[in-house]
Amino acid sequence: MAILVFVESAEGKIKKTSVEAVCYAHALGGPVVVIAFGHVDQSELEALGKYGAEKVLHAADEKLNKGIIQAYASVLGKAMKDENADVLVVANSSLGTPVAARVAIKVGAGLASNIVSLPDTTSGFVVKRSIYSGKAFAYVELKGQKKVLALKKNAADIKEVGKAVGVTPYSVEVSHTDLAVTITSSEQATGEVLLPEANIVVSGGRGMKGPEHWPMLEELAKALHAATGCSKPVSDMGWRPHHEHVGQTGIKVAPQLYIAVGISGAIQHLAGVNSSKYIVVINKDADAPFFKAADYGIVGDAFDVLPKLTEAIKRAK
Amino acid sequence: MKILVCISHVPDTTSRISFTDNNTKFDTTGVQFIIGPYDDYALARAIELKEGSGATVHVLNVGLNDTEPTLRKALAIGADEAIRVNAEPTDSFFVASQIAAVAKAGGYDLILMGRESIDYNSGVVHGLVGELLSLPSVSPVMKLDLDGRRAKLAREIEGGKEYLEVDLPFVAGCQEPIAEWKIPNMRGIMSARTKPLKVVDPVSADGGVKLTRFELPPPKGAVKMIAADNVGELVNLLKTEAKVL
Ligand SMILES: Cc1cc2nc3c(=O)[nH]c(=O)nc-3n(C[C@H](O)[C@H](O)[C@H](O)COP(=O)(O)OP(=O)(O)OC[C@H]3O[C@@H](n4cnc5c(N)ncnc54)[C@H](O)[C@@H]3O)c2cc1C
Ligand SMILES: Nc1ncnc2c1ncn2[C@@H]1O[C@H](COP(=O)(O)O)[C@@H](O)[C@H]1O
Repeated sequence: MAILVFVESAEGKIKKTSVEAVCYAHALGGPVVVIAFGHVDQSELEALGKYGAEKVLHAADEKLNKGIIQAYASVLGKAMKDENADVLVVANSSLGTPVAARVAIKVGAGLASNIVSLPDTTSGFVVKRSIYSGKAFAYVELKGQKKVLALKKNAADIKEVGKAVGVTPYSVEVSHTDLAVTITSSEQATGEVLLPEANIVVSGGRGMKGPEHWPMLEELAKALHAATGCSKPVSDMGWRPHHEHVGQTGIKVAPQLYIAVGISGAIQHLAGVNSSKYIVVINKDADAPFFKAADYGIVGDAFDVLPKLTEAIKRAK
Repeated sequence: MKILVCISHVPDTTSRISFTDNNTKFDTTGVQFIIGPYDDYALARAIELKEGSGATVHVLNVGLNDTEPTLRKALAIGADEAIRVNAEPTDSFFVASQIAAVAKAGGYDLILMGRESIDYNSGVVHGLVGELLSLPSVSPVMKLDLDGRRAKLAREIEGGKEYLEVDLPFVAGCQEPIAEWKIPNMRGIMSARTKPLKVVDPVSADGGVKLTRFELPPPKGAVKMIAADNVGELVNLLKTEAKVL
């Protein structure tokens, strides 16, 4: 039985979290069929063979250039039937997760999202999910033959196991009802490291005093090839765009390294960063609660420490 | 115009999480329960629409009777009527099936909920309900304006925003800044006591998913402090110890 993987792209490039989904599917065993929508670079699609895809389907219909939840779900439901796939794997995202939900109903599959690791198949099929905003995990058994799995970042290691494959065009018919939602326009940061994808995140809080001081954080982020994030008050005050807001009510990140500057470490902020592998905290208050959640800490003034740290990073490269 | 707002009943965001019965039950000792923060945004927007255009707002929770104070709070914030489906919310498919059944019977123009619950963090109930009812679903919605039966929405995408339009009825998973959280006032609290709170029986639904046990993450090791005038040491540790550079 085949495993279908829905891969997402940004600016024509396959997202890293989607490459993880392909690797996850490969590790599950069974032939991996990948499907991508809209405009994607062909070389990027071919390269998915290296991560274990045996077949790459491309539904290039321009109606699918933008992510319409219903339309994507319908095509994925049909592709599962066409490819005889019992399992669909997607990466958790603002698009992938709701799409996965709709597909699960269409094909009558058991559904689990926010999955953090490969399943335990010693008895049945048990996945581990992150719950309570990263404060705990749940083990969930999926009983049926059909399964839809949405993965949290880092659920699988990226490994090259094969070589590039050819791309098979996949023609679709998108019905009128599936296009009930019209996307009229969009605004998207280009050429930046996307926050949910980033290996390193440099994040600033109210301690940064104002938006005019962000270039200092951005310098550090640039030196580290990192994405920038912020605390909720920072986006509430409009210092930074909402999509950079990290925490309980914002983006949950899971980078290798999270550097928090001038953020106190309120529990709601920690809920968005507790899946980070390493946390560095820079705060002028030695009693800031964030230090308790940190691996490395510096008590100091951000405006003094940041430029020095950026210099030291540049020197170390 | 009838709006249904789905409310989860979840531990306060500052709660310490622990489990009992061999890690199979959530330990409610000392835990305060609240309206899910995202659901609270959905509710706040629904109340704004009610104030602006005279909609009727119903709130719905799938839960046992301990969730009634949470539903009363939603009534105090301004909802007109509460519905509780009397069942343990065991999994997303079960919850979505209950919401879909209530929504079908009630003939709502708009079904609002949170982008995700903060206990199970699934982020799927809006999609499930949309598909069960063959309605469009949009999430995460950060702006929702109505122009007659046409809705204009903004949805967050990774690294940006998308603007979209759709006709009523549809399902939306909401998040900030769709509206500001509302705090109940005295008059709201008083009137909430006499507003209807209906209890209905669940429909049967099995998504084939079963939670077997919980687990807490391993405790965090001690923080290593580095002097502010020695950032080179930090870079060194990140390189050689953490190996993240
Ligand atoms: C339901 C709910 C959900 C929430 N969701 C979120 C969420 O998703 N994300 C989130 O971030 N918050 C969230 N919050 C808010 C959260 O409780 C905190 O209020 C918020 O995280 C504080 O932001 P901050 O650390 O930037 O600001 P502050 O708490 O004001 O902290 C500023 C810090 O900067 C330090 N500082 C000041 N000057 C300097 C300097 N020159 N150099 C170095 N350090 C300095 C101070 O010592 C202080 O620790 C939520 C709250 C609630 C109730
Ligand atoms: N037990 C419940 N009763 C009513 N609504 C719920 C319940 N659980 C979840 N929801 C709604 O579904 C949304 C998404 O939840 P989830 O898919 O679990 O992340 C929540 O924000 C709520 O609005």
